[in-house]
Amino acid sequence: MTAVVEAVALQRRYGAFTAVRDVSFSMRKGELFALLGTNGAGKTSTLELVAGLGRPGGGTVRVLGHDPVRERAVVRPRTGVMLQEGGFPLDLTPVEALRMWAGTLPAPRPVAEALTLVGLDHRATVRVRQLSGGERRRLDLAAAVLGRPDLLILDEPTTGLDPQSRHDAWSLLRGLLADGVSILLSTHYLEEAQELADRLAIMHRGVIVTAGTVADVVSAYPARIAFDLPAGLDLTDLPDLPGTRGVDGGRVTVHTPQLQPALTALLAWADRHTVELARLDARSASLEEAFLSIAEEGA
Amino acid sequence: MRRLLSIGRAELLLLGRNRTALFNAVLVPVAIIGLLAAGRNRSDPTGGAELMTGLLGFVLVGVLYYTLVSTYVARREELVLKWLRTGSLTDTEILIGTAGPTVTVALGQMLLFVTAGAVVLGLRLPVNALVLLVGVLAGTAVFVLLAAASSAFTRTVELAQVTTLPVLMVCMAGAAFPLDTLPAPVAEALRWLPLAPTLDLVRLGWLGTTGPGPAHDFVGVLGAAAAPAGLLAVWMVLGWLAVRRWFSWEPRR
Repeated sequence: MTAVVEAVALQRRYGAFTAVRDVSFSMRKGELFALLGTNGAGKTSTLELVAGLGRPGGGTVRVLGHDPVRERAVVRPRTGVMLQEGGFPLDLTPVEALRMWAGTLPAPRPVAEALTLVGLDHRATVRVRQLSGGERRRLDLAAAVLGRPDLLILDEPTTGLDPQSRHDAWSLLRGLLADGVSILLSTHYLEEAQELADRLAIMHRGVIVTAGTVADVVSAYPARIAFDLPAGLDLTDLPDLPGTRGVDGGRVTVHTPQLQPALTALLAWADRHTVELARLDARSASLEEAFLSIAEEGA
Repeated sequence: MRRLLSIGRAELLLLGRNRTALFNAVLVPVAIIGLLAAGRNRSDPTGGAELMTGLLGFVLVGVLYYTLVSTYVARREELVLKWLRTGSLTDTEILIGTAGPTVTVALGQMLLFVTAGAVVLGLRLPVNALVLLVGVLAGTAVFVLLAAASSAFTRTVELAQVTTLPVLMVCMAGAAFPLDTLPAPVAEALRWLPLAPTLDLVRLGWLGTTGPGPAHDFVGVLGAAAAPAGLLAVWMVLGWLAVRRWFSWEPRR
């Protein structure tokens, strides 16, 4: 089966600045693939290349089996794109803007249906100028799904939404997935990726640092134990623990692939020596840990 | 065509909601015709004809070109152009659809002026309406392309007042004064700019001549029209190349 999106060694430069250094990934039909990353990691640039809004400086991207720039006419009717910052004419109403958009699409949904999907019915005839940021975001989403696309490309679709609207957007996306739509989205909400993604990639400074299912990504990262270094002791006084350790400003951090044995050994040692481990914190690997350790490594 | 119409319809709604643009589109030409009617001088049909054809030039530059530069810049800065490019429209459709209503207004104004010229100033009927029409349409195409190209050098809608000045001034000078009344080097330079061949075609089509010389007949006009038509074609190609080279679909960061 051919991939819905196949990116190989993508690069994108803006003058002297390289936004995308070397990005390769492959997306299967019907899955939700999430691009995670800090601000400036290159997510938007990558998505714009997939959407065919620019030519890559190097590498190739195929979307639904085609070149999204050269074969734009073939690809576009089958994709729905939500830009990180897209604009509607401010003096049109949502209904007018979507009606215009529908007129450019081969087989659009009814405009009213799209507005209902994103919960904007009650704001349908207000000027776009008067919509809140979250409402404009939802209008963007309505426009992206208006053409019943096979592939949705969404750049931070829920940024600026209140928690209720975010959950509504998630259930809309789940419904589309159930209908067989493939979704490529970027987000900096880890919860969103954990909640929705079949597979994800974490980007940092223009490259994909790690990719796979949430479980795959998480398992590659160690669990973490942290506590304040007891007064009068230094690192060499601590017991042998599996993993690596470091101290920063009087706080000890242990990264370990085996959380339970490490924690048992630590607590037994503390008990024997009646040492208090102030602000003790132990957490198993999570997407957040993986994300933070990637962001820290690069910093 | 359906796609062009749907983007054109949205632009028309926007035009209707923009009071300044509406004022320029409707009231200004009516006021001009009023002034003409008040100061008409039926004893000088040649002067009247120069004036009317000059007015068509004013519509092309002052209305069409200036309004479109602002429109393209506004849509770019609002990120509308970037959004439109994510859909099924081609780049050409986006450019034409956005220009549609302004072009319609400009053509409407020119029609109004031609009619008013006949009724108020008592000008004769066009010698060769085909040449007149080709002049108007080709001129329109060139100034749409120039507007798109100029928008690339205009950061904000307000700056359009500045960036359109060179084209505006130079073309207006050409339209306001008959070329043979200007110093030779200036006249020679203006002759090569896009408004001159447009007005040549308009004058040939309407009056049968571009100056005080005798008027050609329907067929004779065709021969005289070849050179200005060719020059306009060159400008169309140059304009199109400039758009391809410089037009930007999103704000510069």
